[in-house]
Amino acid sequence: MIGIRRKSRFDRGFDIINTFLLVLSLLVVLYPLYFILIASVSDATSIASGKVILLPQNVSFIGYQRILEDQRIWTGYGNSILYTVASTAIGVIATVMAGYSFSRKDLAGRKVLISLYIFTMYFSGGLIPTYLVVKQLGLIGSPWTVILLGSVSVYNIIIARSFFASSIPPELFEAASIDGCGNGRFFISIVVPLSKSIIAVLALYYAVAQWNGYFNALVYLNKQQHYPLQMVLREILIGSQSIQADVADVDAIQEMQRIAATVRYGVIVVASVPMLMLYPLVQKYFVKGVMIGSVKG
Amino acid sequence: MQTAPVVSGCVKRSWYAGFIQSLRRNWILYAFLVPTLAYLIIFQYWPLYGVQIAFRKFTASKGIWGSAWVGMQNFEKFFNSYMFKDLLVNTVVLSVYQLIAAFPFPIILALMLNYSVSNRLRRATQMVTYAPHFISTVVLVGMMSVFMGQTGLFNTLLGKLGIGPVAFLSDSSMFRDIYVWSHIWQRTGYNSVIYIAALASVSPELHEAAIVDGANKLQRIWHVDIPAILPTAVILLIMSTGNVLSLGFEKVYLMQNDLNLNVAEIISTYVYKIGLLNAQYSYSTAIGLFNNIVNLVILLSVNKLADRLSGTSLL
Repeated sequence: MIGIRRKSRFDRGFDIINTFLLVLSLLVVLYPLYFILIASVSDATSIASGKVILLPQNVSFIGYQRILEDQRIWTGYGNSILYTVASTAIGVIATVMAGYSFSRKDLAGRKVLISLYIFTMYFSGGLIPTYLVVKQLGLIGSPWTVILLGSVSVYNIIIARSFFASSIPPELFEAASIDGCGNGRFFISIVVPLSKSIIAVLALYYAVAQWNGYFNALVYLNKQQHYPLQMVLREILIGSQSIQADVADVDAIQEMQRIAATVRYGVIVVASVPMLMLYPLVQKYFVKGVMIGSVKG
Repeated sequence: MQTAPVVSGCVKRSWYAGFIQSLRRNWILYAFLVPTLAYLIIFQYWPLYGVQIAFRKFTASKGIWGSAWVGMQNFEKFFNSYMFKDLLVNTVVLSVYQLIAAFPFPIILALMLNYSVSNRLRRATQMVTYAPHFISTVVLVGMMSVFMGQTGLFNTLLGKLGIGPVAFLSDSSMFRDIYVWSHIWQRTGYNSVIYIAALASVSPELHEAAIVDGANKLQRIWHVDIPAILPTAVILLIMSTGNVLSLGFEKVYLMQNDLNLNVAEIISTYVYKIGLLNAQYSYSTAIGLFNNIVNLVILLSVNKLADRLSGTSLL
């Protein structure tokens, strides 16, 4: 009936303004990303002189060439993939197990246990006490610290619990247990196959957090060879502002700075592509995750 | 089946017997909790035990128990230090600024998407505005430094308008704006998802009724949509109020430079520098503990307020 009714002039004006604002917000978000992409294949002089606005100028791949030659980036990439895969696998398995247990109302002591978990979301020992524990365990400098510290999130456990509580009815287990199916088999052959969407959501959350984070690596790692990509990026993107100013040859400095500028654009592209590619594939799941998260409790 | 003990006439299993029975029947479920519980005990509860070094003069060679007890000395040192006021002000101002400025944008975006006349434009805008959420903090701050440098895109565009180069990154008066508005750029799309869901749950009959009554779209937003998303908005606002002092470390630390430290030094970055770079373990722990306690108090009060206002409690 909305279609049959003639739109009022006010609503037509509203639609025009709304469309304009939507296009504007799309461009405001998209343009910086697009600019990074075209700048990464343009030469630095054109960027600096403001010629690169809509299309790349004097296309060159020197930035990417330098990136491919940079051993630090390869090592960082390898480490990040390793840490992300390991941490996500551990995290998803542990979280699904805990989330399922907490969704079962016949688990005696459930309330006490879950408050033990939730408490840690709101109060923690802080940086130094945690650091001292890791030190006591002899894990300073070990990649395992970065993998483990990112692998359990109580928030995600609660999301998983809400999912199981709403999607696995208690009658299902009752029926299965009458047929002689125990908890273990029920979990493996009924719960897990029914929870593909929550597994995707959790995997996405853990993977994004681990891939994008750098804090644990900054605090607990001490060898360049263990650094994940974000630590390497930090050096290249933010740490390199101080190019030695006391080098005599001004041209050499300028050349270095020119290439460094192009490299920065390229590095941003190289670092962001995996997550940005992953995201359209799992977009429907992450929207779902937000929904589940919003009905927690 | 065991028979339950009879307590004062009615059949009631004791807490203990019930627990034992549940343990026997559901031992696998308890086993499922072992990995996460072990993790929390090691990396959350064990450090809590170590928090007592905030009240000691900790030296690694003597260990926690061997170090001398100094009571509140570390806290007094912090409250009397010249950094105290700056740190508190910097943390709270940055946090509250972000909280207030960022709050309306996801709601506006969700409403705009909801009233889009073109499905393709709606899908494209959603797709694009969600994307920055997946960009890392390091890359975001890296983007700032390439965009806002002397010859960066911002100054290029400003130059075309005849506005001469602005020193975005070295001017400490712009630090907070850059921090907050880059957050808005990065998170508005993602944060709008929850409002889009709330809007989708509005009954179409309400809209039809409003149309029959001659309401235009703005009136429908005001009288139908806003009331529908208000509870979500209030809860989210309250939740973020509870995090005012727990401002993230990562982005601020990356954005810091020698010229903006007077506004960019916040509690979490100071705790890191004092603790790990200067190795003043006890002092740093005390500052962190102070921060956590204040945060917890704010959270609990806000939670109580939420409970009273909307009947929805978070804890």
